[in-house]
Amino acid sequence: MNWLSNLIDNWLAFMSVGENVAFAILAVIMISSAVFMITFTRVVHMVISLALVFISLAGMYVLLEAEFVAFVQVLIYAGAISILMIFGIMMTRHDEEEQPKQPLFQALLLSGCVALFGIIFYVIQSTTFTPSTSSFDAGADNTKAIGELLYNQHVIPFELISVLLTVAFIGAIVLAKKEEG
Amino acid sequence: MDNILPSYLIMGAILFCIGLYGALSKKSAIVVLISVELMLNASNLNFIAFSKYGPAPSLTGQIFTLFNITIAAAEVAVGVAILIALFKNKGTSNVEEMDSMRY
Repeated sequence: MNWLSNLIDNWLAFMSVGENVAFAILAVIMISSAVFMITFTRVVHMVISLALVFISLAGMYVLLEAEFVAFVQVLIYAGAISILMIFGIMMTRHDEEEQPKQPLFQALLLSGCVALFGIIFYVIQSTTFTPSTSSFDAGADNTKAIGELLYNQHVIPFELISVLLTVAFIGAIVLAKKEEG
Repeated sequence: MDNILPSYLIMGAILFCIGLYGALSKKSAIVVLISVELMLNASNLNFIAFSKYGPAPSLTGQIFTLFNITIAAAEVAVGVAILIALFKNKGTSNVEEMDSMRY
């Protein structure tokens, strides 16, 4: 019973900080909606729970003092990408996701994913993260700080990514507009 | 609890493994795309967690996440376009029937 009281003590210590409580709530929302996403059979329900995962991720970004990235997450992921997925669903026909035909493959896959998670978990737990010597400075205005960094140090990747985005969108339009080929 | 970084990393690992399972087990192509998005988001969470609690905290992790989000948007746009073109040509969105380049 000693380890149990240790566990409860650790849990109470963890929960006594406000940030950790928010983290735990967001984590519960995120994991449950991600699991729901995998288990739902209708595709539209999957997209809605995916949007819930994205919004709770944005909450975690706010906890990590990344306000600008959190807003971008809500705008791009929860807004644009979810809507794009719904468009993709409406444009194609979807049968109900039938029961898995190869139970052996499914079982192997599930155990493989759980094993991968176990390995990552073991590695994370056995690593000692050196606490940082300097504290994190998100800037008085996070958006301004990111903008200055983006246009001074990272301007070449920024321009490259705009070229890539243009190419990708032109390619998407060409692919989707092509007459029966 | 002075160091919360492992909690965020484990959170990312859970998201990544759920996304991996979905991407490999589902038959509908759009669900595979959704699961890939989940995996990309797990990597974004790791970037931002390290940018605050890592050994050298700086804003560069957030910049990298912004680039990552852009790449993900481009990937989804092209993916959905390919999906719609395939559906027009073959009338299916099942990934197991998309094997015309296999043989």
